[in-house]
Amino acid sequence: MNIDSIKNGIVIDHITAGKGMELYKLLKLDRLDCSVALIKNASSQKMGKKDIIKIDSDFRVDMDILGYVDPGVTVAIIKDGVTVEKKQLTLPQQLTNVIFCKNPRCISSTEQELPHIFRLTDPKTRTYRCMYCETKAK
Amino acid sequence: MKRSVLNILDLSVEELDQLIATANDIIANPAKYSEKCKGKKLATLFFEPSTRTRLSFEAAMYELGGNVLGFSEANSSSAAKGESVADTAKTVSCYADIIAMRHPKEGAPMVAAMNASVPVINAGDGGHNHPTQTLADLLTIYREKGSFDNLTIGLCGDLKFGRTVHSLINAMSRYTGVKFILISPEELKVPSYVKQGMKDQGIPYVQTTDLESVMPELDILYMTRVQRERFFNEEDYLRLKDSYILTPDKLKNAKSDLSILHPLPRVNEIAVAIDSDPRACYFKQVLNGKYMRMALILMLLEVQ
Repeated sequence: MNIDSIKNGIVIDHITAGKGMELYKLLKLDRLDCSVALIKNASSQKMGKKDIIKIDSDFRVDMDILGYVDPGVTVAIIKDGVTVEKKQLTLPQQLTNVIFCKNPRCISSTEQELPHIFRLTDPKTRTYRCMYCETKAK
Repeated sequence: MKRSVLNILDLSVEELDQLIATANDIIANPAKYSEKCKGKKLATLFFEPSTRTRLSFEAAMYELGGNVLGFSEANSSSAAKGESVADTAKTVSCYADIIAMRHPKEGAPMVAAMNASVPVINAGDGGHNHPTQTLADLLTIYREKGSFDNLTIGLCGDLKFGRTVHSLINAMSRYTGVKFILISPEELKVPSYVKQGMKDQGIPYVQTTDLESVMPELDILYMTRVQRERFFNEEDYLRLKDSYILTPDKLKNAKSDLSILHPLPRVNEIAVAIDSDPRACYFKQVLNGKYMRMALILMLLEVQ
């Protein structure tokens, strides 16, 4: 299968196979009007199978979402058909409106305008807790 | 700079020591403090009824020479009209110098603190935090034992939803030689994140369902009520509410200098016959709560 190379944009590579669509939705790529390719189950020497997303515009990808969902991905910034930057991901310290608190006793369950903010409380176990009620993200 | 207290861990060990020293000084010299907050106003915003905590805050402010305004249930506040916590906090900041807030939703006082221009004290947010109860507990332990080190603390009853238990564990975990014995029915055990916190800090703890077998080891016995309002299911509440009832008979193997604490209100988990036992400290704890709230108000208003 051939997908055109992009000229100016972003390639999110080494996505764990199966997580591409989740990232596509969380990054709200359906709202873009440029070319976006989601390649599922591409063969990979390192991973066996992987997903890849190519975005043909200089759209600012939310690195926090990538870092939270799949910290092993690589992000390449392409300009004039050449990779000009490769970004390493780290677990974000804070996530805003990426995950939502499910605790019915949390203030965020009744006050609709409040942003849902989760903070990284244990990097070893990748544990995030709601800033308001400290409930663990599932 | 405005400072709020939402969680007992917002206060350092040094600040706790300072609050305890101030509270002890208030107890020794009440007249010295009777006009410290003259001209200042405390707003008590109680979105959930709590006679004890609200009256304690109000008494604390009056004894400091200050004034109090507020409401005691959500129905009599603008929340009944649908006002957000953030807007209430901004509005009340225009009237008061400090806010004490009780709210049934966890994290509501944090939202208030983020929006208020005056200090906010969390006076209890659902099953989450209740730092001033912990301050009362700490002053009681300190006055009864003279120190926080090398104590075996038994926590008994609802250890799952009991926010005072979680806060006390957090606060006492910072002292040396402390050991916890966690006594509860299987369904109301301490949540795993609280246990993980103890493990991470190397604090020894034991879990059991049998109060009497561990009684001889205890320096402090902290009893709690199984709270109806924390259950979604009435059947579960009815099944668990009478799990532990402390009677004089159960104390026969206890240390002579045991201190029995309870955040109150009590339903039936401590028999009234125990009230006359010199080891019962729960009414002293109520009084200590007022002194610690006085000390906290002074600290947050930066009154010298």
